[in-house]
Amino acid sequence: MTEVVSSPPSEPDLETQPPGRRPLAWLEVVWQAILPVILAVVTSGILLAILGRNPFSFYGDILDNGLLTDFGVQQSVVRMATLLLIAGGLIVAFRANLWNIGGDGQWLLAAAFVAGLAPGVVDAVGGPIGLTAMLLVGAGVGAAWTLIPAFLKAYHGINEIITTLMMNFIGINLANILVKGPFLTDKPGVPRTDILPLDQRLPLIGDPQIHIGILIALAMMVAIHITMTRTPLGLRLRVLGANPRAAVHLGLRPKRLIFIAFAGSGALIGMSGAVSMLGDWGSFRADFNPAYGLLMVPLVFLARLNALATVAFVALFAVIQIGGDTATREADLPTDFILVLVGLLLFFMAVTEFMRLRRIRRSRFQAQAESST
Amino acid sequence: MSTSPDTSGTATSGRAGAAVPAVELRGITKIYPGVVANDSIDLSAYHGEVHGLLGENGAGKSTLMSILSGMVQPDRGSIHIDGREVVVSSPRRALELGIGMVYQHLTLVPTLTVLENLMLGSGSFALDFRGSRTRFGELVDMLGARIDPNAVASTLSLGELQQVEIVKALWRETRILILDEPTSMLTPQGVLELQRVMQRLKDSGIAIIFITHKLHEAIEIGDRVSILKEGRRVGGVEPADLRSKAPEEIKAQIVDTMFGEGSAQLAGVAEMEVRPDEGEHERTVTGDVSLELTGVSVDGGVDEASVHDVSFAVRRGEILGIAGVDGNGQRQLAQAIAGQRHISAGDIAFEGRSIRRLGVPDRQRLGVRYVTDDRLHEGTVRDMSVAVNMVLKRIGQAPFWRRGGIREREIDDFAAKLVERFAIRTPSVQTNVGTLSGGNIQKVLLAREQAFDPRLIIYNKPTHGLDVKTASFVRTQIREQAEKGISVIVISTELDELVAVCDRIAVMSSGRLTGIVDNGEGARARIGELMLV
Amino acid sequence: MSNLFTEAVLTALVSGALLSMVPLMFASLGESISEQAGVLNIGLEGMMLFGAYAGFNGALYIHSSWVGLLFGALGGMLAAVVMVVLCVWMRLDQIVVGVALFLFAEGVTSLLHGAQFGDTYPRIDNVDVITVPLLHDIPVVGDSIFKQHAIVYLGLLGVFFVHWMLRRSSIGLSLRAAGETPSALDAAGVDVVRTRSGAVLVCGALAGIGGAYLSIIAAGSFTPMMTQGIGFIGIVLAMLARGKVLWVIVLSFLFGVSLSISTALQLAGVDISTDVIQMLPYITVIVVLLLFARRSYLPSALALPYFRGER
Repeated sequence: MTEVVSSPPSEPDLETQPPGRRPLAWLEVVWQAILPVILAVVTSGILLAILGRNPFSFYGDILDNGLLTDFGVQQSVVRMATLLLIAGGLIVAFRANLWNIGGDGQWLLAAAFVAGLAPGVVDAVGGPIGLTAMLLVGAGVGAAWTLIPAFLKAYHGINEIITTLMMNFIGINLANILVKGPFLTDKPGVPRTDILPLDQRLPLIGDPQIHIGILIALAMMVAIHITMTRTPLGLRLRVLGANPRAAVHLGLRPKRLIFIAFAGSGALIGMSGAVSMLGDWGSFRADFNPAYGLLMVPLVFLARLNALATVAFVALFAVIQIGGDTATREADLPTDFILVLVGLLLFFMAVTEFMRLRRIRRSRFQAQAESST
Repeated sequence: MSTSPDTSGTATSGRAGAAVPAVELRGITKIYPGVVANDSIDLSAYHGEVHGLLGENGAGKSTLMSILSGMVQPDRGSIHIDGREVVVSSPRRALELGIGMVYQHLTLVPTLTVLENLMLGSGSFALDFRGSRTRFGELVDMLGARIDPNAVASTLSLGELQQVEIVKALWRETRILILDEPTSMLTPQGVLELQRVMQRLKDSGIAIIFITHKLHEAIEIGDRVSILKEGRRVGGVEPADLRSKAPEEIKAQIVDTMFGEGSAQLAGVAEMEVRPDEGEHERTVTGDVSLELTGVSVDGGVDEASVHDVSFAVRRGEILGIAGVDGNGQRQLAQAIAGQRHISAGDIAFEGRSIRRLGVPDRQRLGVRYVTDDRLHEGTVRDMSVAVNMVLKRIGQAPFWRRGGIREREIDDFAAKLVERFAIRTPSVQTNVGTLSGGNIQKVLLAREQAFDPRLIIYNKPTHGLDVKTASFVRTQIREQAEKGISVIVISTELDELVAVCDRIAVMSSGRLTGIVDNGEGARARIGELMLV
Repeated sequence: MSNLFTEAVLTALVSGALLSMVPLMFASLGESISEQAGVLNIGLEGMMLFGAYAGFNGALYIHSSWVGLLFGALGGMLAAVVMVVLCVWMRLDQIVVGVALFLFAEGVTSLLHGAQFGDTYPRIDNVDVITVPLLHDIPVVGDSIFKQHAIVYLGLLGVFFVHWMLRRSSIGLSLRAAGETPSALDAAGVDVVRTRSGAVLVCGALAGIGGAYLSIIAAGSFTPMMTQGIGFIGIVLAMLARGKVLWVIVLSFLFGVSLSISTALQLAGVDISTDVIQMLPYITVIVVLLLFARRSYLPSALALPYFRGER
């Protein structure tokens, strides 16, 4: 039949061409990362000025509260741990060209389970074992929640955007049902789970004190980076993502790879939910939904699915989120102003990316012309 | 004889009353970064005449036709229709000017019906189904075709699809029809049918530009021939010469024009255009049977061709050809032997043991290799480097991976050796494979599949879309492999190629093996018959 | 349980279902058009928010719900322009841009709302409804179905019109070809980029009207993030309808019922949590997919940018 010349978005695979082998590549990457930040900051600054606020003091507040005070650093790093694990989960799926859009459902469901079970379990078996078990429970719940989309994609070719989106809504509701039902605390007030006592949460390190979630997250990002760049599994996933038909041709067992990518993705996102509950919140409140998953989708894509670049981007976002929280309050603006800043940042990143892709297309065409003559 | 470069083909036509060309290109030049695709090309086509445009892949035929159909704008030069200068600024403008195009790849929307495909792009808001049906009837009658206008395009056979493509190209009062390699997916009978259709079109006064890379087609079908090479028009044959001179003489002249003086004598016309004489192939294969298929069936589902009850055996050192029109189950059969696809019945035995339960990697280890026909979308990952593509079938294996970690040095060295051995033109082994030309990508595939002691290699359309030199290189490779005792299966739609390299040729039609012919005298005719079974 | 089928409960159910259904119907109709043309518009929710905000302003200051709806359409189109420029013209990734657009829309509308109405919280009351003669006298459901703002009936007509258009008009054929085999459309002399741009703009307008209906007619006020995921449900519905837009009516009614049923049940004295009921339609769909899984048919070129002559 008619061959439909469809190919995944022509994302040049950075990791087969390590930046080190190309001169000035790092400089280009850095410029690519900084330019959109400058543009977004300037545009939002103008917007602020129009709204009658002083942009300089606003940005000063963000830096102050997100990075320069002990409390700010503490909060930013803690947020970063949560976001990093989600981003890592998305990288695993996106690399295989599987659009896991339902990260929030996976995250919330894992968080609900962990928050509901942790107080009892940690009390019973003690900190180290209990907390480790809880991290694994989070990962397991997250992974389990991707099973149905993985199955439908692998065996029936059903688009994963639609299935993960639906599982997302089910997950959000189910998390609430759990928290209002089996995991509901006896304590009065808003429906929530029992609170995990402060001294039973994830251990703290350093000064200012930060829980070890960030170490877990960074270790995972390094592991993802190594897996993707160095191991057979990583290459198989990348081949599946770049050219699913080639994966069949090469005998890579694509169905199994789809399950692996989805499960890995869900597990990391679930673990993020666990870290957030065990280290940060200590309890799951009904109707809680910070929607981090959706926020990370464009971010990791614009970091070109590179785990290390994602760390830098996520750090920036964490600071903006934490610092922005206070800064908007100081400036008497709705906290949603941060979303405007984030939205602009993503747009400018996308446009910078457009310029880069156009340049690559040009040089690809040139190379093609030269090698064919 | 007028194969001299100075004859532009715009000289007065032999036909009376056709002094003004239907379409005339003057000095068309198109430059892409790094390559001159068209270099001041002059070309004319007359009403009621077929102009054969002959050239290898990469000679600039496609660019020229993209310019005529409004897809691409020329950097210099002008286009004249019926003597008036025009600017073909867009595909829409081309249609308005009466230029219809039948592309090499199909351009029908598979989910729309035949009639809907034809009405695509019609100006009026509400579709005129009744009027369209009438127009469809007229055109189909003129072509002598029989097609259901309400059939969904994806359910039609390739031959029917091409007829619809021609109807589509003629839909809007077309006066100039361009056919881009139209015979590439037709049976020999289909080609005759097409020639009959073209005769009818000529009679109705349409000017036809017929693009081909096959020499014999150009002079058999064309009333006038132009030869393109490296973006320039290097010569042509005038109608008077085509009518008066012997075909062999014309062929020799054209080959000289295309490949340089004296090459016709040097290599023989046959090798240059891959049309060997029958019966010249003499080779006896006595090796043991290495691959044996018994009653193999493959379920292709709704979207793909199925294979029914296919049995054959291939000896060591033998080259078995599989002929047949595209889409008759050849690809599915090849995939089944390679291990990419489950078989629903029968058995596949390789070197004495059944391999039907083994996956691709296990069969690879046994020495079964498959050079796919779709090098861009199946064979390679275009955004990965040449080096990585070379080892894609050995992911995780030593020496390229050790203790789960990749060893880039090993891979690069391995790739560099293959790049040298196969003379692959690439800036480096780190270059992304997608930036290479088709011929070089094909060489990457050959290099990958021929490495590590192959025992059976299946080549699916191994020379499709390659220039003559690379195609000849590939055929030499295939023969050399067989000499070494490797079993070879060559799947091709080009009979000439099969006759040139194979020991025996099997024919597939509607997923069945309709017969196996020993290559020799009269093989071509018998294969043609078997295709119709 | 005996009072489950009282008039009050049924009226609440039907009118509530209709109120939730209408914005959903507009949004997923728009999304269907966009998807048929090959653009997966993940920014649908953002377009609805823009529409809701712009529409509320129009209705508030010009005192006409029609002007409000028009403003809503324009607001949605304004957001769609961003999508057109970035995804159709610049060929950037549709999912990335869609999510960014959604986040941006949430931020901007909330910011503007805060700056404008942060203290006053104005409301719009008494929008002009059309009462269909005779039919509205039907007991129980008559009042809720046949006493609606005219835009509801126009929307239903719109679905039928789009259904006709996709099959029987040249624009419809062009849209389907743009999503399936854009190169064929290009060869047929129709501009692919223009076709897709038009589809996304219409999608924006329809989503905007859906959002405006929400703020002007359903709620009577604008609140930040008031769409509460309706846009994302709209994307799911459009994908489930698979280009057969009449399904949009059925599906959005089904989801409308599920969104409003808990209120009705509370009236009946039955207390089932909204969480349970809201996930029922999704669970149904997933179960159906698992049991009767057939390849979900989506346009081949969906979410893929078009490059002329790409090999």
